Amino acid sequence: MFLRATLALLLLALPARAEVQVQTVTSPGGVTAWLVEEPSIPFVALELRFRGGTSLDAPGKRGAVNLMTGLIEEGAGDLDAQAFAEARDALAADFRFGASRDAVSVSARFLTETRDQAIDLLRQALIAPRFDDAAVARVRAQVLAGIRSDARDPDVLASRQMDAIAYGDHPYGTPGDGSEESVAALTRDDILAAHRGALARDRLYVAAVGDISAADLGLLLDRLLADLPAIGAPLPGPVVPALTAGVTVVDYPTPQAVAAFAQPGLPLDDPDYFAAYLVTEVMGGGGFGSRLMTELRERRGLTYGANAWLANADLSAELAGRFATSNATAAQAVDLLRAEWARMAEQGITAEELERTRTYLTGAYPLRFDGNAQIARILVGMQMDGRTPDYIATRNDRVNAVTLDQANRVAARLFRPDALRIVVVGQPEGVGSTN
Amino acid sequence: MFRSLALALTVALPAHAQQVTDFTLDNGLQVVVIEDHRAPVATHMVWYRVGAADDPRGKSGIAHFLEHLMFKGTATLAPGEFSATVEAQGGSDNAFTSWDYTAYFQRVAADRLDLMMRMEADRMRNLRLTEEEVATERNVILEERNQRTDSDPGALFSEQRRAAQFLNHPYGLPIIGWRHEIQGLTRQDALDFYGRYYAPNNAIVVVAGDVDPRAVRDLARAHYGALAPTPDLAPRVRPVEPPQLAERRLTMADPRVAQPYVVRSYLAPAREPGAQDRAAALTVLAQLLGGSGPTSVLARALQFDRQVAIQAGAFYDGTAVDHGSFVVSVVPVPGVSLDQAEAALDQVLAEFLDRGPDPAALDRLKIQLRAQDIYSRDSADRLARRYGEALTVGLTLDDIADWPDRLQAVTAEDVMAAAREVLDRNRSVTGHLTRADDAKEAL
Repeated sequence: MFLRATLALLLLALPARAEVQVQTVTSPGGVTAWLVEEPSIPFVALELRFRGGTSLDAPGKRGAVNLMTGLIEEGAGDLDAQAFAEARDALAADFRFGASRDAVSVSARFLTETRDQAIDLLRQALIAPRFDDAAVARVRAQVLAGIRSDARDPDVLASRQMDAIAYGDHPYGTPGDGSEESVAALTRDDILAAHRGALARDRLYVAAVGDISAADLGLLLDRLLADLPAIGAPLPGPVVPALTAGVTVVDYPTPQAVAAFAQPGLPLDDPDYFAAYLVTEVMGGGGFGSRLMTELRERRGLTYGANAWLANADLSAELAGRFATSNATAAQAVDLLRAEWARMAEQGITAEELERTRTYLTGAYPLRFDGNAQIARILVGMQMDGRTPDYIATRNDRVNAVTLDQANRVAARLFRPDALRIVVVGQPEGVGSTN
Repeated sequence: MFRSLALALTVALPAHAQQVTDFTLDNGLQVVVIEDHRAPVATHMVWYRVGAADDPRGKSGIAHFLEHLMFKGTATLAPGEFSATVEAQGGSDNAFTSWDYTAYFQRVAADRLDLMMRMEADRMRNLRLTEEEVATERNVILEERNQRTDSDPGALFSEQRRAAQFLNHPYGLPIIGWRHEIQGLTRQDALDFYGRYYAPNNAIVVVAGDVDPRAVRDLARAHYGALAPTPDLAPRVRPVEPPQLAERRLTMADPRVAQPYVVRSYLAPAREPGAQDRAAALTVLAQLLGGSGPTSVLARALQFDRQVAIQAGAFYDGTAVDHGSFVVSVVPVPGVSLDQAEAALDQVLAEFLDRGPDPAALDRLKIQLRAQDIYSRDSADRLARRYGEALTVGLTLDDIADWPDRLQAVTAEDVMAAAREVLDRNRSVTGHLTRADDAKEAL
């Protein structure tokens, strides 16, 4: 390896500790939230997640939760879309709404000075969205435009193909935005039903970071959330990705082929999860020194970037990755990927890689906790993953506890050349669909 | 109801709250420190006052190519060791190139600043490159161009429009370079560019995070202080744009286009040191016309009232050495042609020039701009970027500190004067991006 041991070893100091003081708050009305008080800047970042997201779409109503989410801010209570936006702007508040396959998310920022008015306005949006016909038509057109764009984006096409193979008829198998046909057919009643089913208190996770006390947060949450339905739509069950070894080529005229690859992964609560996380980092972590970056980019110049990661969703677990390379070099890059997969399964990682990756992961962890909005996102994600607040203080110990023997046993268990599906979108030379 | 509340808010919010200090070493290196003690983290950035607009003629892409090559070795660091060392500290590092600057950054635990400075100082003057490294990295860049430009019709379209916007100024060149010129870039090209422009008197260091300015000064002296400046560094004088007397129009068709749209960019003034009022007015104009949300003039008229657009926006970028740009765009709804969309856009612009801004909208916008000051303090990283960008294009710390007040001072009359000046079709490029089969049907 190019890493010179001298400098790196010389400077291995203790990593910074994550100094995040999380309080668990339960409101008088029974809403629980994680709070980090940070009074130095006069605003609050509030993050809400409703578990379920687009996976709650009723049969034949694909895209309903996504369209509903896009409409939350387009008029509420007495305010039409324009009036709502004017009120929000006058308060200098910032609300964002998103729908993923696992959650509907609400990200709000509001100034201390106008906190109460901002919460009243956000409450209107959550409790009493109008779904006016004009707004539905407008947002539906935006969603359809996005669907049409996605249909010509090689990156998206690769993901779509992989999901279809892995998940078939499960909600994870099709895009949460829906299809042109399904979105065109959605009615206002469908949107109302999606709203009732997705935004309920039985699936709610809350984090707040900023200039607010625990007592004030409790009152605020009751005002904001008390009138939401108690129980929402049933969540779909977990699914094992049906991924088998082979290549699927999606013919698309583009100068550069996009390769997405995936195989079954490990759930978050698997005893081997941290070892799996560590060996996956060695294979395709975010930095420049991973095996995939070294073999495909640094040594051969075949790609601008190549990554692999553990893709854990609420209902499935994958080990996934991606790179893009010229059609002319796609066969070479695919061969290299497979060779690295096999090498990892057979030989695992070295003691030096283990040490370097442990140091990186434990050093990088505290650096994530940077900024109120960012910390609020992390805290709400931890709740959805079933963590407790003490996870922040103990997470690095779990990474450090991974031994070389465990890492290599898990590398052999996790990396499965016999289950690695590679989807290539483009016109790759010398690469054809295998089965 | 919200109006009176809003006015109260304007008065009450603090104007400047960041702790920002700076100093300059004897060799000309300016160092800026932005304190944020919420987390034990620091961002260390080195900004060079050189970018793609300084690429020698026929060698487009060399500034960006050199940015990649800076991660190879020096006399004391093996190739790749820079990033490996940052990662061994748990940090992350990367770099980016624009027309006016090239910047390198690391995000690390605050107590690793010493090591970051040592390595950045080392590669400021001691880069070593082999022919083989250069050849491999050239392929990486060609793949980067494949991925980010050639695979994306919108990016190709933007490149073509930009080339048409500038008749003589090198802002018309793509940062990554034209493919055929990237293919010809050599090790010597990179080293020549490096030797001339990578020097302490052509650089600005920005440190943001949990740091003490005095400690930063000591570290900067220790690591950067001994570096030799480039003695005869010429001021940044690029080929000057002649008067633009004719509007330019282009149509690009590509089968990969899913959503046709029309974009028009106008040549615009940039923020100037000590004279930012015009740029402030243009910033307010862009927000009023097409800022985010449904209340902007273009969204209201084109998306809500006439319902001809899926999306309509306006954008002004004035942080540049020589010229800014003012851009308006419309994505039409199905059934509305690009010509119709453009005609509707022009009608709305004409009405705006006739009537002027809605005073209530201007009030709301100023509250939002003021609040942005508060929200922006949530990310020391982003603040560091904003400072670095402004300083490398020639603005001063005073200009940066003054900017929020310049925005608050903009009047409706200023907005109208700015609009009348900038919305001149003779200095504009109008582009239609269509799907290839649409274009055939049009014939």
